[in-house]
Amino acid sequence: MLAPPKIWWRKLGRLEKNLVLVAFIWCLLLTAMMPLWYFLGRLNVPTTTLRTTPAKFEVVVKDFAAQYQVGEEKGIPVVAPPPGDIYMYGKQWQWYPIYRLQLGETYRLHLSSLDVSHGFSLQPVNLNFMAIPEYEYVITLTPTTSGEFSVICNEYCLVLHHTMVGKMYVDE
Amino acid sequence: MTTATADFMSAKEFDARTCPVTDYRVDLVAETLIKTNAVAAVVCLLLGGIFALLIALTRWQAIHLLDPEWFYRLLTAHGIDMLVAWIVFFEVAGLYLGSTVMLNARMVAPKWAWAAFILMAIGGLMVNIVVLFGKFNNSAIMFTAYIPLEGHPLFYLSYILFAVGTLIAVFLFFINVAVAKKENRYQGSLPLVVFGLATAAILAVYTLLEGALAFIPAFLWSIDVIPSYDAEVYRNLFWGFGHPAQQVNLAAMVAIRYALAAITVGAKPVNEKLSRWAFVFYLFFINFGSAHHLLVDPGLSFGYKTFNTSYMMYLAVLGSLIHAFSIPAAIEVAQRVKGLTRGTFEWLRKAPWREPGFSGMVLSMIIFGWIGGTTGVTIGTEQLNMTSHNTMRLPGHFHATVVGGTTLAFMALTYYLIPLIFRKEVKLKKLAIWQPYAFGIGIVIMSMGMIVSGLHGVSRRHWDISFANALFPAAIPGTVNLSLAVMGIGAILAVIGGIMFMLVVLVSIFTGKRVEAHQLLLVSGGSNPLKESALVSYEEMEKDHAQPRGTFVIALAFLMFFMLYYFSNWWLLARSWIVR
Repeated sequence: MLAPPKIWWRKLGRLEKNLVLVAFIWCLLLTAMMPLWYFLGRLNVPTTTLRTTPAKFEVVVKDFAAQYQVGEEKGIPVVAPPPGDIYMYGKQWQWYPIYRLQLGETYRLHLSSLDVSHGFSLQPVNLNFMAIPEYEYVITLTPTTSGEFSVICNEYCLVLHHTMVGKMYVDE
Repeated sequence: MTTATADFMSAKEFDARTCPVTDYRVDLVAETLIKTNAVAAVVCLLLGGIFALLIALTRWQAIHLLDPEWFYRLLTAHGIDMLVAWIVFFEVAGLYLGSTVMLNARMVAPKWAWAAFILMAIGGLMVNIVVLFGKFNNSAIMFTAYIPLEGHPLFYLSYILFAVGTLIAVFLFFINVAVAKKENRYQGSLPLVVFGLATAAILAVYTLLEGALAFIPAFLWSIDVIPSYDAEVYRNLFWGFGHPAQQVNLAAMVAIRYALAAITVGAKPVNEKLSRWAFVFYLFFINFGSAHHLLVDPGLSFGYKTFNTSYMMYLAVLGSLIHAFSIPAAIEVAQRVKGLTRGTFEWLRKAPWREPGFSGMVLSMIIFGWIGGTTGVTIGTEQLNMTSHNTMRLPGHFHATVVGGTTLAFMALTYYLIPLIFRKEVKLKKLAIWQPYAFGIGIVIMSMGMIVSGLHGVSRRHWDISFANALFPAAIPGTVNLSLAVMGIGAILAVIGGIMFMLVVLVSIFTGKRVEAHQLLLVSGGSNPLKESALVSYEEMEKDHAQPRGTFVIALAFLMFFMLYYFSNWWLLARSWIVR
């Protein structure tokens, strides 16, 4: 708070020097972790994005769901597609459709929104991605656990946001 | 020297008083402006605090107080009133304090300062009305206002007004400092506290300009001048403003901690060069954190996300790590010079723990660093963000930084503004002694509850995690009821701490006569650490017995904890489904 002395440009003390060195090494490690994991880790944030429009995407999803539909729950089709590309949209306030996937198979989930932004939150796996209108996010995913999962919306999407929940099954 | 004297003589005279405690020359116009902005800040804190309680009691699933419409409205208003209005009004008060009182200088353009205040007040008032009353085509669209959610045009306009007001205030800070230099009000370099505030002010300039880039098109879009506004572009622009805005708070908070350390124990920076470099790191690198919120968004490359979340080799984090060492080190050295040299921690045991400025500052550092900092770097890591994005881990993180850190530091400083600037005696001192503890511990419990809930998948900004009215039940484990209750209990304790603060401030300011301050410390007796520290030489501070050994041990323990938390998150991530 007081004015510094005229010459305040002084050498660091021994403890200060050591601390700065340790902290700097830690910072370098933090920096290295992301690219290292990117090349060596088996899971990473998806990087593929396509452009789309809500109208176009809705048709794609509905056609795809109709093609592989195996059932229906509360008016939403249950779809069991082969491994490969699958399509899902979020809109106020539902996720469409419900997928029945196979354990250990790999799918390319195309995700977008038909209206405002939604948050795709797969529980209890706790994986979270954004569904943004006009952007088709391609998420390559391989389920490693089986059972019944929820897709919760975790980006506020107006007043019934808390009712927006979808389902996903993974069979052994 | 003759020129200097001549300059001083020709410099404009101003109505001032000399503070009997600090010897600062206090410009009376600046004093009124500081008071006005500080009071506005406290009013916003009061409003946001009431909302906070109601929100917490709603998210505490067993109580579930509000209906969804009011929950989302109050959540929007809470975010804006706390994160923007309370903090920025207080920062403006801090900027005026730093650029006038701490430099013995004058407020150069008071009329502009009033204009800034009026713009900010109108903006703040208007946004509350627009958000809280449903008539304005439901503007409860959260602080972030993600396009294509559409608020009323007045919603965006109030952001813009508030920002313009703030920008004026920030420029006044620079003008004050420049004129103070020209008029020779201070000699040599800026004091470190003012240097830190200058860092905050520079960060604020480009933060606000980025805010204009996000909100002016949003306003035009809301009145149909612009036909469409890309959702992802908005998110990019918004966070060019939103995250840096928190870095402004960070720099201001750190500056205030240096001030509190000086006021309460007479701490002088052990090495001015190091502390100043740490601020410079903030200045240059901290904006490379603006993609924190976009890490699991479509449309952005790995390189873009990683670079813009990395703080440029985490050099801004290094800045924080340096402050986290150099502030306690300054305290330790000051204490050791006074003779508290036994063992590693006598200086800490015998610190003025009853002095709210000291306890508030220490708790602010602990909560900010150990909870806020570690969780922030972790969830801001590109891959780790997949397991935390938009979950309760986020509010768990930022309540530790901006509430446990910034707000607590600002509260602690307020106790000293009451006698020194408001010239009122601090009343209800017993409350003031316990207030930082109640507030700080409350925030710790609340943040922990939030973080644990988030780890179990509870999302933020969500009215009903039990999904009672939803199409399907959700696979959220029942244990979150416990962690959400913990959050609620912490929030209640923090609110009690907030009420204690309000009582001390309002009772002191609005009852009782004006008195000139006669001592610096509130409860630790008549000593004046600020003046005493001026007599301590660098030679004394450099002696072997004065070395900050205890702080070094604490800093290493902190780094170990940081590493443990960080790598346990990678372990957690590796157990997830395979995605790429």
